[in-house]
Amino acid sequence: MIRIANGQGFWGDWLEAPVRLVEQGPIDYLALDYLAEITMSILQKQKEADPNLGYARDFPPLIARIQRRLIERDVKVIANAGGVNPVACAREVRRLAPSLKVAVVLGDDVFARLDEFLAAGHAMKNMDTGEPLSAIRDRILSANAYIGAFALAEALALEADVVIAGRCTDTALSLAPMIHRFGWKANEWDKLAAGTIAGHIVECGAQCTGGNCQVHWEAIPDLANIGYPIIEADHDGRFSITKHEGTGGRVSVDVVKEQLLYELGDPKNYITPDCVADFTSIHLKDAGPDRVQASGIRGAARPPMLKLSIAYSYGWKATGTLVYSAPQALDKAKAADRIVRQRLAQLGLDFEEIYTEFFGVNACHGPVAVPNPDPPEVQLRIGVRGQDRKAVDRFTRELIPLVLSGPPTATGFGDGRPPVREVVAYWPALIPRELIQTSVQVVQ
Amino acid sequence: MKIPLGRIAHARSGDKGDTSNIGVIAFDARHYPLLVREVTSERVKHFFGELVKGNVERFELPNLGALNFLLHEALGGGGTLSLRIDAQGKTLGAALLRMEIEIASEELG
Repeated sequence: MIRIANGQGFWGDWLEAPVRLVEQGPIDYLALDYLAEITMSILQKQKEADPNLGYARDFPPLIARIQRRLIERDVKVIANAGGVNPVACAREVRRLAPSLKVAVVLGDDVFARLDEFLAAGHAMKNMDTGEPLSAIRDRILSANAYIGAFALAEALALEADVVIAGRCTDTALSLAPMIHRFGWKANEWDKLAAGTIAGHIVECGAQCTGGNCQVHWEAIPDLANIGYPIIEADHDGRFSITKHEGTGGRVSVDVVKEQLLYELGDPKNYITPDCVADFTSIHLKDAGPDRVQASGIRGAARPPMLKLSIAYSYGWKATGTLVYSAPQALDKAKAADRIVRQRLAQLGLDFEEIYTEFFGVNACHGPVAVPNPDPPEVQLRIGVRGQDRKAVDRFTRELIPLVLSGPPTATGFGDGRPPVREVVAYWPALIPRELIQTSVQVVQ
Repeated sequence: MKIPLGRIAHARSGDKGDTSNIGVIAFDARHYPLLVREVTSERVKHFFGELVKGNVERFELPNLGALNFLLHEALGGGGTLSLRIDAQGKTLGAALLRMEIEIASEELG
């Protein structure tokens, strides 16, 4: 049995979580997930500005902080912190933690190969809209193939203490140690599916140990000290989900079910580079305090295509707010919204969308919000999106004047006008897997 | 009698692009057939009204006593394009739990 912990559900997750995982009990592997779909484009821009950047900058200081414990307890780290510059990330880790052996997994970054792919007849159509990639070719900011767990397992086989990847799947971070330690083969679909589903359960960190859980949430103990998840994996594909003793949170069948369904599509066809997992085959049972056992998982052959994560520059957006107090807070906010829209129209400004929410009334649940006819205060929240940066910038100047020139009791404008933000959009596409060759490199 | 779905089920929701997914899970596995009968794609689509511009798909997971719904074109463009505060549909599961379903009292068991 091996213990694989997840200490980071996304870049920006709790900084103490990975430290506590290595401090508070036994684990063999520490998996850390840093990449969301648009993170790569942000990192690509950082790399263009400075060739030594383009990776998750929180990662090297974390390794520096826990390096002694990693060695004392023989814990290996697997992270997709490399972003678009895994080698630079590895060098920084080596600089801060010189006694650790660091390996990088390369081959996911296809930004420089897109024209080669297009010339070879791969249209890389948008999986949602069917549009060919050529429609946005000149606006692409980053392009990466999702790679699977076998490349990460190769790096573990080199006895690396820290394995750094770019755009691998989140589930690969947890599956890789199982492949490495149990010698699972590339066609053992049921076992690979089991490891993949274990990875899916823990990939969002504490969301499977009581975080963001609707089942008697008030009774979940000590969320302030919530324990992050640990997979106890067996060679035959069975596994348990648990957390360190004495930590907060809750691991139960209910909690794990919520996370199994999180961001799920067709449950019979959960497609990864390593296998296709069948979520309708999972059997769960409570197996002691804060321990859930999974068994029976089946899988099918891996797909011939890999998914590409392509980010491109789309346009601009801004969101501004004003607060109105009772009486008639909602009426005042609605009147202010009408005035802003009229003024924008009179300026002849063109937007793809103007969207208004009344925060405190309907922002989260829209038309199905519980009616709240006379709230004590309402925040008017107007957003615009469009291709013309100047128009979006002008919008950001149209809210604050209403404090003096609109309905009464406007407040909450202390932060000034809102920032104009670039909209980087995501383009999902497919590419034949044989075009993506991964390699592993030990960084000195 | 009419009861809110939240009496017999819990939920978690999230996003994939402009699609929101809502997992609805029976507290008690014996109530799963009630979910299958009462919480249809059509009713979920009707419940959310103008919030969901596309269609609603439903998948069954009897092993977990759960249904998975995909609400297409439900997040104002999704991801970075969306102008909504809940661009990722994190709260839509909680909203769906208020949908009323019709069951006989003996079915609650």
